[in-house]
Amino acid sequence: METKKTSLNNLHQRNQAKFVEFAGYEMPIQYSKGIIEEHKFTRKHSGIFDVSHMGQLFIYGGENLTIELEKIFPLDLKNLKQNSSKYSFLMNEEAGIYDDLIITKIEEGYLIILNAACKENDFQILSKLLGGNFKMILENERALVALQGPRSVEILNSVLNGVEKLNFMTGKWIDFKNQRLFVTRSGYTGEDGFEISILNNFAEEFTQKLIDKGAQLIGLGARDTLRLEAGLCLYGHELDINKTPIEANLKWAISKERLSNGGFVGSEKIMNQIQGGTSQIRVGIKPEGRLIAREKTKIFKGTDKQIGEITSGTFGPSINRPIAMGYVDKEFSKIDTKIFLEVRGKKYPANICELPFYKKNYVKGVN
Amino acid sequence: MSEVKFSKEHEWISLEGDVATIGITKHATEMLGDIVFVELPEKGSNVEKDGTAGVVESTKSASDVYTPVSGEVMDTNQAIVDDPSKINEDPEGSAWFFKLKMKDNSELDSLMNSEEYEKFSKESSS
Repeated sequence: METKKTSLNNLHQRNQAKFVEFAGYEMPIQYSKGIIEEHKFTRKHSGIFDVSHMGQLFIYGGENLTIELEKIFPLDLKNLKQNSSKYSFLMNEEAGIYDDLIITKIEEGYLIILNAACKENDFQILSKLLGGNFKMILENERALVALQGPRSVEILNSVLNGVEKLNFMTGKWIDFKNQRLFVTRSGYTGEDGFEISILNNFAEEFTQKLIDKGAQLIGLGARDTLRLEAGLCLYGHELDINKTPIEANLKWAISKERLSNGGFVGSEKIMNQIQGGTSQIRVGIKPEGRLIAREKTKIFKGTDKQIGEITSGTFGPSINRPIAMGYVDKEFSKIDTKIFLEVRGKKYPANICELPFYKKNYVKGVN
Repeated sequence: MSEVKFSKEHEWISLEGDVATIGITKHATEMLGDIVFVELPEKGSNVEKDGTAGVVESTKSASDVYTPVSGEVMDTNQAIVDDPSKINEDPEGSAWFFKLKMKDNSELDSLMNSEEYEKFSKESSS
């Protein structure tokens, strides 16, 4: 299959991007300054991320749609306010995760942001579950641009007046040169920021405006170190079809109202796990020293008892130390439990630690 | 100091008497990206030509470091272990990796000079 390009590909090239293939797309892994500087720039200033490869699924419908979606997602959608967003999952009957996603209630129905590698499959699953009763459009005419970091609000507000009034995890349609942009205050870096859905034809011009105002393009490399410092899961690493939201320590994302009555795909398994516990759970891990433990690194208690595996590991530029997340047997998941990581045949000490590694700076309650 | 030679694994080597100083090339650091971890061979250990003699890790991935010649490790550069970002800053100068007492100077013959390496690195990255 031919590698797809986003509408910002030319812009990336002009900014000396190094490209990698990701989920069938040619995406920038970094630009000339490198991952660490891009990471730090985002935390201090404002970084632009091309996330157009992600799925933007619009599902149109009224109250009936809300009822049907509540049979799928573990959310209290009836009481979700228009223009409010929630983090959630698409699961199978065993509560295995097909994808993690952000769902926003919009005037016409719902907008769901899906992972690039999962979006086609998600579309098939949702089409089947909704029985063809609602109009569903997996957009390919819209780009998605994320602007992340403390200066993002002032930069974006100077281009799109009024975005400063948005609360975190809310969004709205905003007019820009006679077309409609859907802007949410959200993101996946642990910083305040926005995601802007914009027609492909206008995406480059719009993004260049953000650059002119002082924001910089940031690649997928820094996106990964940023989300990992913020303790956020990445599908295909922390999450997959063999893991449940409870094992992933994401119970907070399941609406309390739904935990008592269930009635969503995977609810039985979820309730069983809440009552009976899980054998493994996702934890944060800090290797001692500077050692980096990558995905698939085996985790030991003592020297010979394997208790789990790393799912993501890197160097955290803002906290200047190596960090990791992984799954361990529940009895060894307590904070400060001393563990060992097997890297290149040798075992190195590490400790279970609290998440996130880096304190999140979301802006809540601005109005 | 003698001429600097280069390996296909993107190490450089310079010889003073029978002591060789070895590091990775600027081209290697550009391919690796930001280096955040380095592991060096133990002092006093023996390493074999083209064998692994350490590891460098960038934010993206881990790569083995090979030694272009055989010998006994006389010294290692603790400064780059303590602050691996020095490797990106000055890879072919202060950020050397280790010094070897060479066993067989003829092992240098198969290595490239700077012109040959420049050509090689351009071809291998395109």
